[in-house]
Amino acid sequence: MKRLAWFSTSVLFLAALLVAWKLAADAKLVNPLWFPGPDKSFSKLFEWVTTGSLWAPLGQTVWRMFAGWLLACAAGITLGAAIASSTLARRLLQPSAEFLRPLPASAILPPAILVLGFSDAMIVFVVAFGCVWPILLGAIHGFGSLDQRLTEVSRLLNLSAWDRAWKFQLPNALPHIFAGMRVSIAIALIVTVASEMLSSQPGVGYLMLVAARAFRSADIFAGIIVLGMLGFLTNYATQKLEDWLLRWRPA
Amino acid sequence: MGAVLPLSVLFLWEILSRLGVLSEDGFSRPTRFFVAGARALADGTLLQQTAQTFAAAAQALLIAALAGIALGAILGLFRPLERAAQLTIDALRPIPSVALIPLALLLFGFSREMSAAVAAFACFWPILLVTIASVRAIDVRMLEVGRLLGFPFAKIIWKVAIPAALPGILVGIRVAAGIAIVVTVTTEIVTNPRGLGFAMTMAAQSLQADLVWATLLWVGVIGWLVNWGLERLERRWLRYR
Repeated sequence: MKRLAWFSTSVLFLAALLVAWKLAADAKLVNPLWFPGPDKSFSKLFEWVTTGSLWAPLGQTVWRMFAGWLLACAAGITLGAAIASSTLARRLLQPSAEFLRPLPASAILPPAILVLGFSDAMIVFVVAFGCVWPILLGAIHGFGSLDQRLTEVSRLLNLSAWDRAWKFQLPNALPHIFAGMRVSIAIALIVTVASEMLSSQPGVGYLMLVAARAFRSADIFAGIIVLGMLGFLTNYATQKLEDWLLRWRPA
Repeated sequence: MGAVLPLSVLFLWEILSRLGVLSEDGFSRPTRFFVAGARALADGTLLQQTAQTFAAAAQALLIAALAGIALGAILGLFRPLERAAQLTIDALRPIPSVALIPLALLLFGFSREMSAAVAAFACFWPILLVTIASVRAIDVRMLEVGRLLGFPFAKIIWKVAIPAALPGILVGIRVAAGIAIVVTVTTEIVTNPRGLGFAMTMAAQSLQADLVWATLLWVGVIGWLVNWGLERLERRWLRYR
């Protein structure tokens, strides 16, 4: 009951902000050419949904985002396991990884365009590059931080390196990997949209940039709402997936 | 030991490029892009672009810090208000910062403010959330002292809440500073004709592959230096505590 009350207060607060937005737009505080009210923005979104014109670009954006993210997951986990299990690999690779990690993912867009051209593959590659670092660092930490006693147990049981990685280190590493994956899915969305805007590949990002050039501000706001929902849903879904896959852990 | 990998990559790159395996139009070759980088550094363009990027990032950080700390302090002190605002925060925070580029373009045109506005949105959330958490962790008695002394609300925030929460807030600002650089470079690459990001886009469009790679390397060094500096600052601050 109390939770319901708080939830309604929350909804009221959000509604009050929407009303303020509407009033500000109606009062023409900002030139209405680039500041539509919520009514115009949401009816534009509704129009996209009913005419179906939203689905093709949204599908493109979602596809690129997930393709890049999944590639990064695969690469990050394998590389992370390799780096964590060998001192040589760690000394060879870790300094380079530390140098590349703070590099803005979008910064490799211009060279990627030169090498791969304006293509889906280029965007997927850049997204994967941007997403890989949090996963890689999580994997290195997770695979490397196995409890000393568990390492000894695995030795006593005479497990092969593979069995030890699969049965001891991976379960130990999963929470760290998932933390990285959740950070990465947000990066994936940002890099996908930025890449679409720069390379004019059909998608929600490109749709919005074209709208800006034509001063169709309702389209821009509808796009912002769509991307916000996409960000919310992907974060929520990875959170739920994590809870479900790690349900064996004591809370 | 850590230099082995990058050096051998560069060496292999040079050889494959000379053998014609790697297309020079895209990959250029290390000897060329070090020359291009040295030239851009010598004639001052690279430094000027770096200054533009830093100016936009600093402006973004300043706006985000002012807004994030003020709002965070208020929400942290008033638990009911924070709970009421929770849904709104949850609804706005997942909006990817780059989604605001078209809007910022309409509002501010091609300018420093455009990059700063987009980056400020991205920097605002970590600062806001960390401020809320740090203000809420303040000892209640300290706030009561402020009230007993008859401080007005603004003074309680300014003189009691924010100083007490400062260590946490600084961590948020460090995270936000890294984000500010990344998002600023991104807006420059995508649309804004200024700064390091645009230098790369421009070089790519005029097919100067050597300059593209040189600038990318420079951005990498800058990003690494900023990160290193911020981490040192934070460690220093923690030791002082």
